[in-house]
Amino acid sequence: MQSYNLNETHIVTPDEEIALSTHQLQVFYGSNHSMTDASLSFPRFQITALIGASGSGKSTYLRSLNRMNDRIATVKGEIMYRHTDINSRKVNVFEVRKHIGMVFQKPNPFAKSIYDNITFALKAAGLTNKKVLDDRVESSLKEAALWDEVKDDLHKSALSLSGGQQQRLCIARAIAMQPDILLLDEPASALDPISTAKLEMTLKNLTEKYTIIIVTHNMQQASRISTYTAFFHLGHVIEYDKTETIFQTPQIQATRDYVTGHFG
Amino acid sequence: MTPHQTDRVATQIINLLVAVVVLILLFLLGDIIISGLPHISWHFLTSPSSSFSAGGGIRDQLFNSLYLLVLTLVISFPLALGAAIYLSEYAGNNWFTGLIRTAIEVLSSLPSVVVGLFGYLLFVISFHLGFSILSGAIALTFFNLPLLVRSIEGSLHAVPDSQREAGIALGLSNWRTIRGIILPAALPGILTGIILSAGRVFGEAAALIYTAGQSAPIVDYTNWNPVDSNSFLNPMRPAETLAVHIWKVNTEGVTPDAVSISAGASAVLIIVILIFNFGARAIGNHLYKNMTGGK
Repeated sequence: MQSYNLNETHIVTPDEEIALSTHQLQVFYGSNHSMTDASLSFPRFQITALIGASGSGKSTYLRSLNRMNDRIATVKGEIMYRHTDINSRKVNVFEVRKHIGMVFQKPNPFAKSIYDNITFALKAAGLTNKKVLDDRVESSLKEAALWDEVKDDLHKSALSLSGGQQQRLCIARAIAMQPDILLLDEPASALDPISTAKLEMTLKNLTEKYTIIIVTHNMQQASRISTYTAFFHLGHVIEYDKTETIFQTPQIQATRDYVTGHFG
Repeated sequence: MTPHQTDRVATQIINLLVAVVVLILLFLLGDIIISGLPHISWHFLTSPSSSFSAGGGIRDQLFNSLYLLVLTLVISFPLALGAAIYLSEYAGNNWFTGLIRTAIEVLSSLPSVVVGLFGYLLFVISFHLGFSILSGAIALTFFNLPLLVRSIEGSLHAVPDSQREAGIALGLSNWRTIRGIILPAALPGILTGIILSAGRVFGEAAALIYTAGQSAPIVDYTNWNPVDSNSFLNPMRPAETLAVHIWKVNTEGVTPDAVSISAGASAVLIIVILIFNFGARAIGNHLYKNMTGGK
C-alpha cells in the first residue's frame, strides 16, 4: 500500500446543530496508539458515515463514543454531548448509554422472546406499566420496520427470526430506550442485499428523530444513506465533509484513492 | 485408499467405539435393574432396615439419600454459582485466577476416602457436629464444588460476548446483564452440572461412612420440626444413605438376605438417579422456555 502523509487532513465542521462532537480523541490499547487526535462534529438528525479500510480505527472510534471501550482501552480527549464531556470519569456511563444507543455488527438479540428483548432494559430502567411497555414495543418495532412481520408472535423467541429481522429487532431494542443518538457498527455486513436495503430504508426514516453515526465497509451504502462522511486511515481521520464531496471531489489523495477502490 | 474409503473406514471405527460404550452402559444398567427389580416391593421401599433378620427395607436410607442431596445442593450450589460468576465474568486472566483454577482442579481429584477422613476429623470431631447429615453434606460439598464451579463457569463462558455487549450498550449494569441475560441463557448447561454432581452425591459412599455415619436411627416422618431429635428433617442426626447401606450389607451385613437387599437397593439407586435426571431436565426445559420464549 502506498504511504500517505497522515497529517494532511481536510476536516469541516458542519454548519448545523451539532449532536455530538469529539476533540482530539485518542485511543490506546495498552501501549498501542490506535486512534490519533480525532476531532469530529456530528450534525443532529443526520446520518454520518465512518468509512475506511479494516484496521483504520473507525470501529474503535465509534465504540468510544458511548464508552463501550472502557474495559478494554484507554480513551483520552473530550466527547462533548449537550455541553458535557461524557468521556469524563465522573460521568455516569450507564446513563450515557441510555442516551447513546448502539447496534452491533452481528445481530445479537437476547435469548428471549421478541417482546422481552425490547422490554428487558426498559424494565431495568424502572418502567413497569404494562400499557406503556406494550406501546413502547409497538412503536419501536414500527420505527424499525419490523412490526408487520412479528406483531402476531411477539412471544416467540427472537432467535427464530431471520438475520435481517434480528438486526432490525436490535435497532428496535435500542430505540425503545428513546436515545438521542444511535451508533451502528457495520450493521448490514452480516445481511443479504434485500435485508440490507430494508435496513437502509429503516435508517433513513429514523433520522426524523435520531442522530445516526454508522460505520460501514460498503461505500455505496455510505453514499446512499449519509449526509456527512468521515474517512479514516491508520488511526487518523483524514477527511470529513459532505458525503458528495467525499465521493466526488475529495480533497486528500488518500481519500481519493480509497473511494476509487485503489486500496481497502 | 481413496478419500471415500478412508471416510467409510473411519466412520465404521467410530460407530464401533460408540457401540462398545453403549453396550457396556446397557449391560451395566440392565444387569443392575434386572437382578434388582424382583426384590423391590412396596414393603421393601416403606419399611425400615433390619440388622439381623431377613425382610428389612430401605425406607430411611432412601429418604436420607434424598435429604442429603438436597442439603448438599443447598450448600454447594450458591457457593459454586458465586465462584463461577466471579471466574467467568469478573476475574481477569492473571496468576491469582490461575491459582484458583488449579486449586479447584486439585480439589476435584481428591480421593473420596481422604475427603471423608478429613471431614471426620474436622466436622465430626473438631466442630462437634457428630456423625450427621450436616457433616455429610459439608463433606460432599467439597466434592461437589469443583465439578459445579467448572461446569457453571463453562456454561457461562459459552454465552457469546455479544450478549454482554448488547446488555451493556442498553445502559444495563454488569450485574443486571449477568442476572437477566447471561444466566438464563446458560441455564441448560448449569442444569447439566447440577445433574452430574447430583449423581455423584447419590452414589458416594466412602466420604459418607466417616461423616454421615452408618446408622439409620428410626425417625418420625410426621414430625416436621427440624430441631427435634426424632424428626426426619433433623440435620444433626446420623444418616446412612442408600450407597452406604449397599456397602454395609455387603461387607459386614449379617442379615440372611443381604444379597437381595443390596441388589434391590442398587436398582432403586439407579432408578432414582434416572428419575432425578429426567425430572431436572424437564423442569429445566420448562424454565428455559419460559425465560427465553422457546427455541
